[in-house]
Parts: sequence; structure tokens; C-alpha cells
Amino acid sequence: MTHHIDVGSVLRRTVCDLYSNLVTRPTGAAVRKEIEVVLCGLEEPSLTVIDFSQVGLLDFSCADEVVGKLLDGVRRQVILTDAYVLVRGVRDDHLEAIEAVMQRYDMAVIVESEDGEWHVVGPLEDSMRRVLDAVHRCGRLIPSEIASQVEQPASTVSQSLDGLLERRLVMRDDDAYVSLQSVM
Amino acid sequence: MTKVIAVPPSLDDETFEQVFEQVAAVPADQKVLIDARHTRWSSPYGLTALLAVGQSRAEQPAFAGPEAEDTASYWARAGFYRHASEIYEMHGKVPRAREATGESNVLLEITDVSRSDDVHTVVERIQSRAQAILVHELHLDPQATMRFAMTLSEVCQNIVEHAGQGGWVAVQTYQYRKRLGRRAVVIAVCDAGLGFRRSLESTPGWKPRERWDDAAALEDALVRSVSRYRDPGRGQGLAGVRRFVGKWDGKLSIRSGTARIAVVPEWDDAVPLKEGLPHFPGAQVQITIPERVPPR
Repeated sequence: MTHHIDVGSVLRRTVCDLYSNLVTRPTGAAVRKEIEVVLCGLEEPSLTVIDFSQVGLLDFSCADEVVGKLLDGVRRQVILTDAYVLVRGVRDDHLEAIEAVMQRYDMAVIVESEDGEWHVVGPLEDSMRRVLDAVHRCGRLIPSEIASQVEQPASTVSQSLDGLLERRLVMRDDDAYVSLQSVM
Repeated sequence: MTKVIAVPPSLDDETFEQVFEQVAAVPADQKVLIDARHTRWSSPYGLTALLAVGQSRAEQPAFAGPEAEDTASYWARAGFYRHASEIYEMHGKVPRAREATGESNVLLEITDVSRSDDVHTVVERIQSRAQAILVHELHLDPQATMRFAMTLSEVCQNIVEHAGQGGWVAVQTYQYRKRLGRRAVVIAVCDAGLGFRRSLESTPGWKPRERWDDAAALEDALVRSVSRYRDPGRGQGLAGVRRFVGKWDGKLSIRSGTARIAVVPEWDDAVPLKEGLPHFPGAQVQITIPERVPPR
């Protein structure tokens, strides 16, 4: 159920085997379309880890094509109805481009940075962020456990969980909520 | 009758206005001779803008290069004559074209940009030299190298996406004595294509506002991140360039049509928006990042 996509390999396979930089919109669009084809072939629910570790430069235009438009499609469920995405292997300069894109789309994505830590990149309300942290710490929780962890009323936690589900930042498994990282 | 355009002895973004002023007064189908015989120095902006001037003319213009051998030799090493001979009818002595230079202050010799592949080439070339020069000679943070390349990529893409024809990019370091008193790395990107106003006017359903001119178009693009495309992710390139320039105390200026907009650092006294300049098509961009002075 977890699928790994090495963006550097996709770039070299689809655009030019000499390229290591993700720059320009046509390049980004070609890479995104290739990733979308892979995603469409996956069994649902699917978790896809998009790995930038073999990518040199990522400019804003390519970040918009590869991360922005891809995640927008995942969120609006036009690519798959039940898909989740994690991003890993990003350097600080990649992160800057991805962050700018997330702000523009008002979306958030979970990213593993160079230090091996997972971060939420993009705008997310504090209450949702706290709930997401709790789910990430424990891997799998039911709402009453989350409420006691974050010390928030059940109604607030419920709203936050709805928001996180809509943003494809946690998975649901029966009554429990599962962190994407724990599924990897 | 051929009109002679006198090029000033020292050619940068400010003195180039003298060239634009003379060129704007001559109909595009009248022949001009660009007379740079007495020019002794040019910034990368000057060299790429000279190519854009040639590109803007309907009648093939003529060009007479610097008489000073060291100047002519430097322009040749920067790649100027290779491109100029494709645009201009060359007069006088033309220095022989040379292969890649090894010139320590030329990070990227003049390179034409008209397709996305050209942007890849520019980024690949700059990365090999940028680290050594930006970090070790200009004392910029190592993190700045990748951001510098991102910035270069975005400004080059503006040509591909908005100019409607090709343009040129050059990157050099030089001693910026006049205003700064230290070294700087300068990116110049010039074309004579559509320009910002006409590009934004091509937005589907676009209607003119009460105040709509070159200055308004530049403000829309640089300050409000407006793009002619409707996608929500568009318009981020220049915003990213602005952030990079701000972080490294740099200067960004964009001239298009009859206006120039600038992000001005403390060390410079340019005005943020200048209107009523002589008309010149396309966009002419200059980014200046100064050497960092290590704290004492």
C-alpha cells in the first residue's frame, strides 16, 4: 500500500537523463504527469512517498507543478479518491520552494527534512497541528484518546480531525486515526 | 539614412538610458549604427541590453565595437561578439571568438534563452562555478548558492513564458565601486519581446483599469504577484526572487516599456518606481547581490 517515488529518477526517465535539477514548468509538468500515472495505478487507499533526495535544484515553478498541482489533485480527489502523500529527502532550499507553494494553495503536506524530522509544511490551524502531533507521536489513536492528549473538548478534536482528513494528513481506520508516517 | 547611436564610455543600467533614449527616437525600420567605439567598460546589463537593442530593430542594425583592445577582448570573452554577429552587421575589428573563458569574474558568459531547455543549461552551468565564487570570494552563506540558481532560473523563465521571443542572460562579479565600495555578483537578463504590460493584457478576459500603463503592470507583477495565467500557483517566481534579493541585501530592478520598478537596498539611492522613461520593448532585469563583509 505504500509506494515510493524517486523524483530524480522520474526526471531523468521522462525529461532528460542528464538533468538533475527540477527547473521550468514544462519539466515540472512532465514529472507530475508521470507521477499521476503511477498514482492512478495504485490500489486504494494508497500512501505515496515522494522522494526529492536525488534532485539538485527545485525552483518555484517546478515546485508548483510537482508538489502544488499534484497535492491539489490529491486533495480534490481528482487523481484517486483515497490517496495520501508524504514528501521526503528535501533540503532547506527545496523546503523554501515547497512552503511558498503550500501557502499559495492554502494546503499542508508532511515533509521529512534533512535532519530526519517530520514537519508539517504549509498553513494549518494550531488546533489541527496539535491533534496531528498527537496522532504522529502515538501512530494510531481514537478521538477520546486524542482529546485527553491535547486537552481539548471532544467537539474541537472532532472538527480538527475532519480538517486533517480533508487535507489528507491522517488516515482513518474504523474508529481510529492513523498517522501517515506510521504506515510507511 | 543611417542614424548613429552613441554608446557611453561606461555602460551600466543607468547610462544605458542614453542608448534607449536615442534608439526610441528612431523608427524601427530605419537603420541604426550602434557606435561603441569609445566604450571602455560595460556591466553584464549593458552587454545583454545591447543585444536586445539589436533584436528590437526591424532593419538589421550595424555595430561598431570598442576600439580599446582590452575592452574588446573582455567583451569577446564574455561571449558578446558571438551573439552580436548574429544580430548586427559588424563594423570594424571583431575579436576572434574564443571558447569558454576561465575568466574568474564571468560566472556565466552571455547565453541565449528562448526555450525551457536553455534554462536547464543555464542552471547546470552556473552551479559548477557559483559555489566557489559566491561562498569563497563574496562570503555569502553556502545556502545562498542554491537560492541564487533558483533566482536565475525564475528570471530566465520569464523570457520563455512571457517575452514571445528569445533573450539573453549573463552573470558576472565585479568591483562595484561607485555605490557599494565592494564586490557584487550581478545577473542581467534582457529581451526585446512583449514586456510586462502586453503580457498581462493577454490574460483571458482582461480589461484595462482606470490607471493602466507599464508602471502599473510592473507593480502588478512584482508587488502583487499577478500573472497572465489563472492557475493559483502562478506568479510565485518573482515573489521568490524578491525574497532572495531582500534576504541578501541585494537590489532588483526591472525595466519594461517606459517604466522601471526596483527593490532598493540601503546602499543604493534608486527610486522604487520610475515612469516616463524612453520606450523600449521587452523586459530588462538586473539583480545585484553584494559581497558580505565579515563582522569584525
